[in-house]
Amino acid sequence: MSAPSLRTLALSAAALLIGGYALAFFWAPLEAEGFIQKIFYLHVPLAIVALLGFVVAAIHAIRHLRTEDPIHDARSYVSIHLSVIFGTGALITGALWAKGQWGVWWEWREPTLVSFLIIFLLYATYYPLRYSIPERDRQARYASVFAITAGAFVPLNFLAVRLAEPFIHPRTFSSTGGLPGEMLVAFLVCLAGMALLWVSLVRFELGAKGASGDLAKLRRALLPSEAPPPAPRRAVAPAAVSTMSADQGKGS
Amino acid sequence: MEPLLALEQSEGYVAGAYLAFAALLLIYVAIMAAKLQRIQRELRELADVADEPAGRPKRKAGRASRAQRREMEAARREAQR
Repeated sequence: MSAPSLRTLALSAAALLIGGYALAFFWAPLEAEGFIQKIFYLHVPLAIVALLGFVVAAIHAIRHLRTEDPIHDARSYVSIHLSVIFGTGALITGALWAKGQWGVWWEWREPTLVSFLIIFLLYATYYPLRYSIPERDRQARYASVFAITAGAFVPLNFLAVRLAEPFIHPRTFSSTGGLPGEMLVAFLVCLAGMALLWVSLVRFELGAKGASGDLAKLRRALLPSEAPPPAPRRAVAPAAVSTMSADQGKGS
Repeated sequence: MEPLLALEQSEGYVAGAYLAFAALLLIYVAIMAAKLQRIQRELRELADVADEPAGRPKRKAGRASRAQRREMEAARREAQR
C-alpha cells in the first residue's frame, strides 16, 4: 500500500483539527475549571505529539546507525525539529493555562512541568551539537547517537513523572478516573488531528530538504567551478537527500 | 452571574493560547515558503544556465539580465533553425 500524498495528509489534518476543536468548543461540556479548560484540547495534544515525535526520531536514528542511509538521518532531524516546535507550543499554551488557572506562569515544584522543560532543553542542544561537527558522516552519526539517548530518556521521564506525587498539574489519564465521554471523544479527535499535522509537516519539510539536495546536485553538475569545498564548515547532512528517497516509505 | 464573569476572565487566556499556536504555525509555514521560493529561484537560474548553447563558457548562476535573456532566446531560436 502506498503512503498517502502530502495533500491528502494535510487536508485530513485540517479536517480533523477543525472538527476536533468544533467538538471541544460546542459539544464537550464545561468542566468545573470553567472555560479555561478548553486550552486542554490544544496543550495536551501538542505535548503528547512532541514527546512521541522525539521517540520517532530515536527510531529513525537507530535505523540510520544500522543502515547508514542518510534518509533516516534526515527523518530523525526533521522529527526533532518539528517536535521542538510543537514542544514550544506546549510550553507557551501551558504557561497561559497556568496563569489563568493557578495565577502563576510557571511552577517549579511541579514534576510534570519541570520534566517537560528538561526534555525540551535537552533537545534544544541537538542543533549546536549537530552543527559543531563539520564532517558530514560523523555529524550524522553523532546526531543519531544523541537522538537515541535522548529518545530513551523520554519514556523513562514519563514513568518517573507518573510515579512522582503531583503538585498542582493534573494527570491526564490517571487510573482513578478518566475524562467524561464527550470530552474524551473531542480530545481524541484533536489528538489525531495534531498527530496528522505533525506527520504532514514532517513530509513537507523532508520534501523541501529533498528539493534542496537535488538542487545542490544540479549545481555541481552544471557549474563544477562553483562546487563547494570538500568539507564545508556548516555541512547539513539531511539536505543531501534527494527528493526521490525523501518521498519513499514514510515511516513517521 | 459568577460563571459569566469567570468566562470573561478566562476567555483571554484561551484566545491567547490558540492564537499563540496559530502564530507559531504561521511563522513555520512562512519560513518554509521563503525557503521553497529560494529553491525555485535557484532552479530557474540553473535552467537558464542549462539552456545556454554548448561550447560557450558557462556563466555564474545568477539572475540573468533582460538583455542576456533576450540574447539566450535568440541563440536558442538560431539553434532550432
